[in-house]
Amino acid sequence: MVHSKPSRRRFLTRLLSAAAAALLAGCDAASRSAWLPKILGVGERASRAAQHLVSSRRSMAQEFSVADISPQFRSNGTANPNDRQYQALAVNHFADWKLALDGLIEHPLVLSLQELRAMASRTQITRHDCVEGWSAIGQWRGVPLSAVLQLAVPRPGARYVVFHCADPMDEDGTKYYESIDFDDALHPQTILAYELNGAPLPIANGAPLRVRVERQLGYKMAKYIMRIEVVASLAHIGDGNGGYWEDQGYEWYAGI
Amino acid sequence: MASDRAPAKYAYFRHSLAVRILHWINVVALVVLFMSGLQIFNAHPALNWGKSSYSGASPFFELAHGFPSWMTLPGGQWLAMGRRWHLFFAWILIMNGLLYVAYSVASRHLSKDLAPTRSDWRSIGLSIRDHLLLRHPHGAAARRYNVLQKLTYLLVVFGLLPFVMLMGWALSPRLDTVIPGWVDIVGGRQSARTLHFIAAWALVAFVLVHVFEVAISGVVNNLRSMITGRYVIEKEHADGPQ
Repeated sequence: MVHSKPSRRRFLTRLLSAAAAALLAGCDAASRSAWLPKILGVGERASRAAQHLVSSRRSMAQEFSVADISPQFRSNGTANPNDRQYQALAVNHFADWKLALDGLIEHPLVLSLQELRAMASRTQITRHDCVEGWSAIGQWRGVPLSAVLQLAVPRPGARYVVFHCADPMDEDGTKYYESIDFDDALHPQTILAYELNGAPLPIANGAPLRVRVERQLGYKMAKYIMRIEVVASLAHIGDGNGGYWEDQGYEWYAGI
Repeated sequence: MASDRAPAKYAYFRHSLAVRILHWINVVALVVLFMSGLQIFNAHPALNWGKSSYSGASPFFELAHGFPSWMTLPGGQWLAMGRRWHLFFAWILIMNGLLYVAYSVASRHLSKDLAPTRSDWRSIGLSIRDHLLLRHPHGAAARRYNVLQKLTYLLVVFGLLPFVMLMGWALSPRLDTVIPGWVDIVGGRQSARTLHFIAAWALVAFVLVHVFEVAISGVVNNLRSMITGRYVIEKEHADGPQ
């Protein structure tokens, strides 16, 4: 057994503490650099590839029973869009609201809430997983996004579906935007929901229309949808990362 | 006496290069994962049991302000960057773990050094007493892992680390679709989040005990052996002729 002298031990402890502090400061500085987030982003791509390897394109999210429904479905982010046009629509219970579909599609469309409600609907009790860590369970009813896209007929080269929303996110008035690929857009559980727990979708949860993307985290499920755009590339959407939170450093693929 | 003529000290090669490299990668990965994990926890600093956080029951653990910034990576609230660190180093931990297991099986590190022998099992009571009395093996006995050490390493490598990973995967809405409902085995996604958190702290407890044992059984010798591979044994009279 080697006995270290007290002075040597103290020196080692100090050396280690100083090294730890320097390392942490270095990690913080590197987090603010341009290069490190890119390297760490390899993790997102690896996760996406691995998750697509172990689960199929059409793998279904768990659906729950009525007993599991959260008494109150938590509202997060925008609870009431601070936007004059949106507020005017809300006064009228969204009777004048219209969903626009455009971009790389054969038939640009404009659909009212009544027209969406008249289409075949899907009802599902699913769990909403927020990137912050919490989950809430709710019953959603809406039109499968695939049915709406079928009406619009995407053109060859269409790769992403972009949601343009009514809620301003910052002082510049940048409104929320999100995007998903066609694997998720055509997934049977991906619906444009207009009902939550048997009642019209409340404003706090995205009235009149929000998308459910059940195999990804909550920020992918855009609320207050005004326009759906089909695109070949995300380069011209916001800063080019595919969504409002993505442009703030969050992953585009939010499967974990 | 015979041992008087033998050299008082000798060094032997304790840890292979592979074990040393994998060990230190593990140190870095676990530190980053733990600190970035606390960063992620701080975005919703409460723990629930069950399928959702909003089932009518209140959380059983809550921190008003989360963990202090000196414990998180990055320091200060920054969820997006915490996730990047966490989800990158999770891959490092997985790769490192797979390499370690593959190496340990192929090189027989697992069967020779880690698997408890029959005499290990018989001496378990003695080993517990020795640990409680902070007594450590000297001489030739220090060349081998003791039985508690073996069992602890096996438990961490094949129990705790796979469990913490599994509970992390349970938090993925996509991985939950592999077999819909598999997270209900532990009570649901929020239970899995709680277990992920508890398992992370169990790893911290392991590291604290591990570092404590390293410190009291010769910090320089232990550190040197995990850096250069060389571990110095001091011969004792009790060793007897060998």
